[in-house]
Amino acid sequence: MMQDEILSMKGITKDYYLGEELSVVLKGIDLSVEKGEFLAVLGPSGSGKSTLMNIIGCLDVPTDGEYWLSGRLIADEDETSLAHIRSKEIGFIFQSFQLLQRQNAFENVELPLIYANMSDAQRKERVEEMMEKVQLKDKMYHYPNQLSGGQQQRVAIARALATNPTILLADEPTGALDQKTGQQVMDLFHNLNEEGRTIIMITHDAHIASHAKRIVRILDGNISEGVLEDA
Amino acid sequence: MHKTGVIAQSFKMSIQNIKNNRLRSFLTMLGIIIGVAAVIALITIVQSVTDSVLSKFSGLGAGTLTVSAQGTSLKKGLTDSDIDSLRTINGVDGVSPSVTMTTTAVHENNAFDKIDLEGKDATYFQHNDVIQYGRAFQGSDMSGNTMICIVDNKFIKNAMLDGQVIGSQVKIDGHEYTVVGIKKTDDSVMASLTDTSNSDGTILIPYRNALIMSGNANVSSLSVYAKTGYDTSQLEKELKSALDNIYNNADNSYSVMNMDSLMATMNSITGMMSTMLAGIASIALLVGGIGIMNMMLVSVSERTKEIGLRKALGAEPFRIQAQFLLESIVLSVCGGIIGAALGLLIAFIAATVLKTPFKISLFAVGLGMGFSGAVGIIFGWMPAKRASELNPIDALRSE
Repeated sequence: MMQDEILSMKGITKDYYLGEELSVVLKGIDLSVEKGEFLAVLGPSGSGKSTLMNIIGCLDVPTDGEYWLSGRLIADEDETSLAHIRSKEIGFIFQSFQLLQRQNAFENVELPLIYANMSDAQRKERVEEMMEKVQLKDKMYHYPNQLSGGQQQRVAIARALATNPTILLADEPTGALDQKTGQQVMDLFHNLNEEGRTIIMITHDAHIASHAKRIVRILDGNISEGVLEDA
Repeated sequence: MHKTGVIAQSFKMSIQNIKNNRLRSFLTMLGIIIGVAAVIALITIVQSVTDSVLSKFSGLGAGTLTVSAQGTSLKKGLTDSDIDSLRTINGVDGVSPSVTMTTTAVHENNAFDKIDLEGKDATYFQHNDVIQYGRAFQGSDMSGNTMICIVDNKFIKNAMLDGQVIGSQVKIDGHEYTVVGIKKTDDSVMASLTDTSNSDGTILIPYRNALIMSGNANVSSLSVYAKTGYDTSQLEKELKSALDNIYNNADNSYSVMNMDSLMATMNSITGMMSTMLAGIASIALLVGGIGIMNMMLVSVSERTKEIGLRKALGAEPFRIQAQFLLESIVLSVCGGIIGAALGLLIAFIAATVLKTPFKISLFAVGLGMGFSGAVGIIFGWMPAKRASELNPIDALRSE
């Protein structure tokens, strides 16, 4: 294993039974991600990229193959230990932001810290720090419906960063944003990556993927190191 | 800051969610409120009515054996020496003979022909707190020619004894008596329900005078007071053997009524009644519980996406379950508290209307609260478990 390798997949497969029929979604994925990388997983819908994301994010476990995350083998762990791994290792960013509408920005960012058992004072400090980082400290007590889409996604990024996870895992982070605000989010990703944050971004949009330093392509459950010839 | 912190946080989240759905939460709570209020109100009302009846009984009451001695054809009633012999029985604190009859009374040319006349001795007043004003009879009043009486408020009202009641003259059965005291009125609803007589009032005179007035030589009715703490059923046995002795074991010559055993019977009957009423009212609680389960299931399916998100952000199944379970417990316990307050209010109003003393039954409050908490746990468990077992992927994907 390489020195700085934080994620390693060897022969990952995933099958689902759809009724009687066995459907193989991932057909032996090998992937290695080092600390500080900014990786885009590019693929059309139905390529298996969502399933791959779920496995990377420990929301799901592979049918076969080995998945190592921060030196830990993620096998058939129970829900509780998967939750602990998610809490510590993964910061999720979703296409549709997934903010709790009835809680303000502060409370939304605070949520993963509650699940990480952080004390009140520590949480407050940490939330303020994160809101500062995404430049929304002045909107800390606004509710999601009082924020623009770009601002909501920045709150979601602050929430993903709050627990200082090993990997920032973004699923179509600009999918619900217009081009300009999408660009702002990408700029923010660049800055975070400059600071040494490892980012994995799942997208079907080659242009968005081009912001990453490294691109892998996924098609029909197979992965290949990609270059951007036919987007 | 581990498990306790988890509970505190889950609690906060539950409160927040209940607040977010005020109307729905309130309507759900209503089932529990009605159930708990019904349980508490019914038990409290039954218990305060029971208590007031029992305290009335024990007024005339606890530790008292009532002897009714018709006697035989050879010997009617009991003589003074018979009574003296009863006084020597072990455990007897006092014996009070009593004569009752209906007679006529005249006050300042107003005649009353339906007067309940009661002859009482000094012992009676030592064991019964009946004097509202003035004085009771004393041992020295029992010679048979002390012409004093105690009147009740009904007679005072009917005879229009105005001004100074004490010292007024009343002619009873042709003899002039001086009023020395006023008898307390039992103003509870229970007493007015049981008072069906249409008499013009009650007058107490010294027992010897009443006996002479009745034309009988012997007394047929008396109260035997047990010494404090003395077992009345033991006393009842000894009393019966003494009476058997007096009447040479003749059948049906006397009867003895033990107030204590009567009260014990009444107590067990009312106890059964309150249990039954509580059982019936619990059905309302059960229905309320089903309401809570229904709301929690709706809440879980509405918040599927939120649950998925929380899981993605690192919430363990335990947390999700705790959050939903606490929400259900908070709902039902809040309902329980409001229901308890409402139930006590209803019981208080009922007690005021029935003129019985209002007494908070801790048993009822405890039962209501305990029951509502249990309802929250039992009916919240399944929805909470279901929430905690949701697959985060499916949950996040749901719209």
